[in-house]
Amino acid sequence: MIVRAHERVLVQGITGRQGTFWAERMRDYGTRIVGGVNPAKAGARHVGLPVWGSAQEAMRDGRIDVSVLFIPPYGVKDAALDAIEAGVKKLVILTEHVPVQDAMWLLAAAREAGAQVLGPNTAGLVTPGECFVGFMPAFNERVFRPGRIGVVSRSGSLGTLVCLNLVQAGHGISAFIGIGGDPIIGTTTRDAVRSLDEDTRTEAIVIVGEIGGVLEEEAAEDVRTISKPAVSFIAGAASPPGRKMGHAGAIVLGERGSYASKRKALEEAGVAVVPTPSAIPAAIAARLRGAVQETR
Amino acid sequence: MNFEEHAAKPLLAAAGIATPRGQVARTPDEASLAAQMLGGPAVVKAQVPAGKRGKAGGIALVASPEEARAAAERILGMEIGGHAVEKVLVEEQMVIVHELYVAVLNDSSTKGPLVMVSTAGGMDIEEIAARRPEGLLRFPVDIRKGIDEATLAARLPEIDGVGRAHLADVIQRLYHVYRNTDAELVEVNPLAATKDGRLVALDCKFIMDDSGVKRRAEIAAAGAPERLTELEARAQAQGLRYIELDGTVGVLANGAGLTMTTMDVIAHLGGRPANFLEIGGEAYTLGKPALEIVLANPRVRSLVVNFCGAFARTDVMVGGILDAWDAVKPAVPVFFTIHGTGEDEAVALVRERLGLEPYERMDDAVRAAVEAAR
Repeated sequence: MIVRAHERVLVQGITGRQGTFWAERMRDYGTRIVGGVNPAKAGARHVGLPVWGSAQEAMRDGRIDVSVLFIPPYGVKDAALDAIEAGVKKLVILTEHVPVQDAMWLLAAAREAGAQVLGPNTAGLVTPGECFVGFMPAFNERVFRPGRIGVVSRSGSLGTLVCLNLVQAGHGISAFIGIGGDPIIGTTTRDAVRSLDEDTRTEAIVIVGEIGGVLEEEAAEDVRTISKPAVSFIAGAASPPGRKMGHAGAIVLGERGSYASKRKALEEAGVAVVPTPSAIPAAIAARLRGAVQETR
Repeated sequence: MNFEEHAAKPLLAAAGIATPRGQVARTPDEASLAAQMLGGPAVVKAQVPAGKRGKAGGIALVASPEEARAAAERILGMEIGGHAVEKVLVEEQMVIVHELYVAVLNDSSTKGPLVMVSTAGGMDIEEIAARRPEGLLRFPVDIRKGIDEATLAARLPEIDGVGRAHLADVIQRLYHVYRNTDAELVEVNPLAATKDGRLVALDCKFIMDDSGVKRRAEIAAAGAPERLTELEARAQAQGLRYIELDGTVGVLANGAGLTMTTMDVIAHLGGRPANFLEIGGEAYTLGKPALEIVLANPRVRSLVVNFCGAFARTDVMVGGILDAWDAVKPAVPVFFTIHGTGEDEAVALVRERLGLEPYERMDDAVRAAVEAAR
C-alpha cells in the first residue's frame, strides 16, 4: 500500500468543499489526478478536471489505479462498490463514522475482487517528493521530506507529528501509510508493515499505534520475520480505561488490546517502544547503527 | 450505544424470539403490582447498562408480590458498575432445563459478522472462553450472503429436547436483529431451553454502532444515554468529544491519536492531564466552544494547545480559539505548538493577535505547561 506518481487517481466526491480543496492540493503536489465523480454533475468540469457519473464511467475513459473517497458516511458503501465493480484495485476511504456493517460489506466485496482498501477513517498515503492521496500535509516541508523511514499510523494527526519529529531530527520519510482509526479496516498495521518491508527505499519502520483492538499485537507476530529495524510509539498510556472501548475484542482475547499488552508484544518481537514521539528519531538512529554493524 | 435489558428485549420479541413476560417498575409498589399481574414466581432485575448485575446482587428470585416489593426496595438505589439503579424489570420465572450462550458481533479478525454459540450459557463469555473453549462454536458470516441455515444447523451442538433446526432458527432471527439495527453486539445469555422444548431469551446485551445511530433514530431512541459530567454533556451538545479527568494540565488538540499522545507526554513529564478534548475530523471548526469548555474546568491551571493539521486546518482551529479568546479571557497560561496544514497562517495569528510564540517542539510546550501547573 504505497502510492506512486505514475498511478492514476480518481476523486469520488470531487465537487464537495473538501474534495475540491484536497484534489487541488494533491494535483499541485504531483499526484496524477485524472478527474472525479459526482452522479449529479456527470459531464461537467471541475477545477479543470472531468467529472463522471460513476467510477465505472470513468474507467471506460481510461485506467484508474486508485480511487479516493470524499463521501459522507452513509454514501461510502455504494461509492466503494462502484469503484470495486469498475475494477479499481486500490481504494482510499477517508470518511469517519462509516457504519461498521457497511465497512464489512465493502471489504468483503473488495477481497473477492482482489482490491486493496485503506481505511475507513484514514488520512491517506504520502510518498514524499512524489505524490499523496488523502488529506495529509505532504506539501509542508517541515513535516514531509523524502528519505528512508517508513511510517505506519492509525492516526493522521499523530502520524503528522511523528513525521515532523523525524524530519526535525534530520531524517526523511520514504512512505507514510495511514491505516485509519476505525475498529474494522481494510489495510492493517501488519499489512502496512509488510509493504514497507518490501519497499526498497525504506530502511527502517516506525509503527505508530493506539490503545484498543489488536492491530499492534498482530503486527508484532510478523515483525520477527522482517529484515528492517522497527521502532514504535503507542498512544493512550495515560488514557482512562473503559471509555469507548468495545466489547468484541475483549471477549475472546482477554488482555490483548491494552497499552501494556501492545508494548509487551512489540518489545518481545524486538521493536523499540518509546514513551514519547520525540524519542523516535534517536531510537531509529540507534537501530540503524545496530543494523549496519550486524551486516558487517 | 448500550441498551438496558428491558429496551433490548423488545427488539428480540419483534423478530420472533421468545422472551419472558415482564414489566418495568420504578418503585417497590410498581414492582409488587407487576408481580401480581404476572401471577406466580418472578424475578426482579436491576436495569443498568452494565454487566455482572447478578454478582452485584442486582437480581432476585421472588415467590410473591410482597417479596417482589422487598426486592425492589433493596435493588432500587443500588449502584452497579457506576450506574444508579432507577428501575427494575419484573419478569415471570421460567423452568429451565438447559442454558445456552448465543451472540452475533462485529469481528475485527474476520472483518465480518461472527456468530458465537456455547452450551455453557449462564456464565459470562470470558469464563466460557477460559473454561469451556472446546464447547464454543465460532461461525463467521459473509455479510453479503447472510447465514446459511443448513450449514449452521449442521455445526450446532445437540441439546436434549431442542432440535438443531429450532436453535438455528433462533440464531437466524438474532442475526436479523443484528443486521437491522446496526448492532455491534447482540448477546443472549442465557438462552434458556425450557421444559416444553422452547428457547427463551432470558437476558439480552445489545450495543449499537454509534455510526449507525443517525440512520436508526427510532431504534436508538430506546438506548441508554452515556453517563456524562455537566461539562461532558455540554461538549457533546456542541459536537465535541471531551472527557473530564482529575489532573491540572488542560489539553486542546486535534485527532484522537494526537490528543491521547499529548496526555501521555504530560504524564511522562510529570504532570496530570485535566481532560481529553479533540477537535479533529469534521469538528475542526469548533475551536471557540472547545476553548470555552476546556477552561470551564476549574481544575485547569495551564493549557497545551497542540495542533498537527492534516485534514483539520490549523489556521481554522486557531481562528476559532481567537474568536473565543476575548470572551473567555484565559486566566491560565496557554502554550501553543502548531504544525501541518495551515501552519504558517496559524503561527502568524498566534504571534500577532496573542503576542505568544508557539513552541517548535511539542515536548517543550508540554514541559512549560506542566511547570506552570505546579
